[in-house]
Amino acid sequence: MRGLGKLTLYNLKLYLREPMASFFTLLYAPMMLVLFGSIYGNEPSPMFGGRGTVDVSVPAYIALVIVTVGLISIPIGTASRRETGVLRRFRATPLRPLTYLVADVAVYFAVTALGVLLLVATGKIGFHLKFQGNVLSVALGFILGMSAFTALGYVVAGLSPSGRAAQAIGMFVAFPFMFLSGATVPLEALPAGVRSVAQFIPLTHVVTLLRGLWTGGSWGSFGKEIAVLVGVLVVGVAVSAQTFRWE
Amino acid sequence: MAVLEVAGLRKAYGPVVAVDGVSFAVEAGEIFGIVGPNGAGKTTALECVEGLRRPDAGQIRVLGLDPQADGPALRERIGVQLQQAALPDRLKVWEALDLFSSFYLRPADPKALLDRLGLTASAKTPVSKLSGGQRQRAHIAMALINQPELVFFDELTTGLDPQARRVTWDLVRDVRSEGKTVVLTTHLMEEAERLCDRVAILDHGQIVALDTPAGLVRRYAPEERLSFTATPPCPLQVLKALDGVTKVESEGDRITVLGTHPQLVGQVVTALTASGVAFQDLHTAQATLDDVFLTLTGRQIRD
Repeated sequence: MRGLGKLTLYNLKLYLREPMASFFTLLYAPMMLVLFGSIYGNEPSPMFGGRGTVDVSVPAYIALVIVTVGLISIPIGTASRRETGVLRRFRATPLRPLTYLVADVAVYFAVTALGVLLLVATGKIGFHLKFQGNVLSVALGFILGMSAFTALGYVVAGLSPSGRAAQAIGMFVAFPFMFLSGATVPLEALPAGVRSVAQFIPLTHVVTLLRGLWTGGSWGSFGKEIAVLVGVLVVGVAVSAQTFRWE
Repeated sequence: MAVLEVAGLRKAYGPVVAVDGVSFAVEAGEIFGIVGPNGAGKTTALECVEGLRRPDAGQIRVLGLDPQADGPALRERIGVQLQQAALPDRLKVWEALDLFSSFYLRPADPKALLDRLGLTASAKTPVSKLSGGQRQRAHIAMALINQPELVFFDELTTGLDPQARRVTWDLVRDVRSEGKTVVLTTHLMEEAERLCDRVAILDHGQIVALDTPAGLVRRYAPEERLSFTATPPCPLQVLKALDGVTKVESEGDRITVLGTHPQLVGQVVTALTASGVAFQDLHTAQATLDDVFLTLTGRQIRD
């Protein structure tokens, strides 16, 4: 694992130096929360079973940060590094492929977690966000969702011929995911037809799991969500291992 | 002692045979050039040697190692500058060096390396903001960060202006003077001639000649070229009859004599004086590797 520390450090710096990537990872979800929180407040609402809009939105927006990094940042980052020859240059050094992958994944997890912390802090400070779950349990739910979407991100990167194509494919997949899964607009506010389509979107299961764990739900009641996400993770890892290319 | 031995190397991409049975050996401490036109197979041959491509056939030993089987151990000891490779745009020069030094067991001192390559002033510049010459020097820095015994440069000066090219040549000579072996590819015959101790000329995936630049010229383009202006009439027949003269051309009042005799100049001057011809503006030129390539392939290398 020689080179892991420095590679992680510089990958992190490089990520934060990309204005678009850092905006959508760190600031977009908190800004949405401020916007909709200011409009709807966080008073208990019958539509959300007596919970406030902010209380329901925060765990859903966590999924929004996950999908942004997973389906947009990872494909663009990986495919453009491949296209420009950065990966080729690394390959001419003794750096092990596994070390490269670990550093890469660590940074995507770190920036996503940072985005989530900023989101939660915004909710706490601005809107008296209520949390009834277990921190460790929610953290595990985050890790499961993020793992599944990280794997999907490398699949998109592997299937894309270029950085531009990765961006196009990533966004083409990510936007319907964002709006039909309950990650931006709560599922309760969507028509029944959309809700049934949403069941086929992996992100919906991240939203459901995180919203459930946020309010103290137990892992046992989310068997379907866990099964879907573990399935996406396993298939994603298998496919991305087959499609990953250094050049 | 050979630090690099290649025997019967062959690599095809589908139906296109890029490298077709290439054999050569590189001695410790020399600058060895693989020259040829674009598409001759230079880069493919080099990348097989570096372990980045798997050859279809042939044996390769680099520093006694097999590039495919001993990849990580070999990459520890060689320096590589690739033709198509990049550093992340927003990474600063010193950061790139710091990062790459962490990949190796015994890295060089990054500060000293930056200084030597004239990059100290641009150490905090992002890679994307470097000039062509600076970027190429940054790539050289990455290739030298592990104190390699053997360094590969692939089309190092392509796209550089003449000034930057000269600076880069001096850097390559410096690398060799530290006792390292250098293997480079170029499509610039002038570069090969000025820089390389020995040159392998590659065409259509095969080595068509291999020797020192002077040896190649002696063997394949031994003619010296002498030209002067003279007021007509000039006794062209007298010049043609001189020993070793192969060709006499005239264009207006400019006469060009080609010949292989060691005393070509003396002979011509004596003959002109004896005939009472006033001449001026006399130049001589040795043949170059460009002429060698033309003799060997019937084509200009730039075609």
